[in-house]
Amino acid sequence: MFDIKQVYEPMCLKSALEIYQNNPHLTIIAGGTDVLINLRHGKYEEVELLSLQKIKGLDEIKILEDGTIEIGALTTFTKIFRNDIINKHVPILAEAAVSMGGPQIRNIATIGGNICNGAVSADSAPALFTLNALLYLETANASRTIPITEFYAGPGRVKLQPGEILTKILITKDNYENFKGKYFKFSNRKAMDIAMIGVAVLLNTTDNKVNDLRIALGVSAPTPIRCQEAEKTSLGLELTEENMKRISELTILDAKPRDSWRGSKAYREHLIKVLTYRALRELRGNK
Amino acid sequence: MVEVTITVNGTSYTRKIHPLMRLLDFLRDELKLKGTKEGCGEGECGACTVIMDGRTINSCLVLAASCDGKEIITIEGVGGAELHPIQRAFLEVGAVQCGYCIPGMVLSTKALLDKNLDATEEEIKEAISGNLCRCTGYQKIVEGVKLAQTKMKESRGEACECGRS
Ligand SMILES: Cc1cc2nc3c(=O)[nH]c(=O)nc-3n(C[C@H](O)[C@H](O)[C@H](O)COP(=O)(O)OP(=O)(O)OC[C@H]3O[C@@H](n4cnc5c(N)ncnc54)[C@H](O)[C@@H]3O)c2cc1C
Repeated sequence: MFDIKQVYEPMCLKSALEIYQNNPHLTIIAGGTDVLINLRHGKYEEVELLSLQKIKGLDEIKILEDGTIEIGALTTFTKIFRNDIINKHVPILAEAAVSMGGPQIRNIATIGGNICNGAVSADSAPALFTLNALLYLETANASRTIPITEFYAGPGRVKLQPGEILTKILITKDNYENFKGKYFKFSNRKAMDIAMIGVAVLLNTTDNKVNDLRIALGVSAPTPIRCQEAEKTSLGLELTEENMKRISELTILDAKPRDSWRGSKAYREHLIKVLTYRALRELRGNK
Repeated sequence: MVEVTITVNGTSYTRKIHPLMRLLDFLRDELKLKGTKEGCGEGECGACTVIMDGRTINSCLVLAASCDGKEIITIEGVGGAELHPIQRAFLEVGAVQCGYCIPGMVLSTKALLDKNLDATEEEIKEAISGNLCRCTGYQKIVEGVKLAQTKMKESRGEACECGRS
């Protein structure tokens, strides 16, 4: 059995934040799919848990008056990929959600846990990076909003301050309206496998010319990243075969994939280019 | 120790347990329901699948303490005096070899068919994608699920066009 001293199970966010403020050494547990694996692998010597599972209202998806999409941090991936708002406005996130784990994992794993776990392979990250998602973080007496693109600190590390809980993920209207998106998760096995590479592309065009193109990669650097060189160069370009190839090649300037047993650096670089190109071609449609 | 009340296969159980006890251990060690299997213990294999409030979960990844007030169905709760149509179908097509993955397979199938009896082959494969089987190659299991669909429709009286049942 694991060595655990205590589990706090507050019924509301306010008491969770207070408990956490007074006991910053607690480990937060949401769905627990990462935490229980860590427990099992003896990653914690001694652990006290602060469970968010009994808190109501943190697993909702809604559209605010100004069109911002708000996703509660405790929303499961099953709920995300079945949700009407997500499928209508940010289908790229539904694609990412359904690509993760298998049904049993998606039924309990939360999007907040996926983000806060800080894995470079987190399937929600590339899509949320392209959507310029904002993270709403709360402590007992303060709150702040930080772009997800600035939240990752390194492999398995995120910029959570002591006592801070991620409560909502926000996607503003200007970041999804008139955009089309595509997420490719490339893995050895179709289900129940971690991504070898994740590529998310979000595109806004007029007459096949790029107004705004965003490309984000998972498992291509110590944190998920955006391909800034490719994005900058693409502005105003017409999406011809040649230009799509050129943009895809440029992704490599920001990507720093590594060799691992899941795939070599060279293969990963190849995948990044090919999948970016494939996404662009699919989003552009037949021209 | 924490006190939990969990409904398992229709019966409510109240127990004092260690806060870190997994649901899997609660079922097997506290309730002696040994039908739920432990495979990898890491959520990869699906052998420990049970249904919680209508959805499949890996009971190795869930703390029993967090199941307070929830309803769980294990393989022991699937059939009654007779085998469930899913179980009969699996037997008839030979979907079972060593059998270790089968309780989980049956529960993933049940969670699917309870919601969508007309599931397509694609949907069936998706529904069991979190359950690994190292013997059958899955083909017979998919056939078993399809036969279960027919049997469940029959017992709902849908397949009969005579209008009497
Ligand atoms: C078999 C298996 C397959 C998997 N497959 C995939 C996959 O394909 N793709 C993928 O991306 N991931 C995968 N995962 C990893 C995991 O399921 C996801 O990262 C999941 O989204 C984590 O969410 P959770 O709610 O279970 O997090 P938890 O385990 O509860 O928490 C994860 C981490 O985040 C912290 N945390 C959680 N919520 C908050 C919050 N609101 N505020 C602050 N900190 C918080 C916790 O303290 C912990 O450090 C898999 C895991 C398993 C076991």
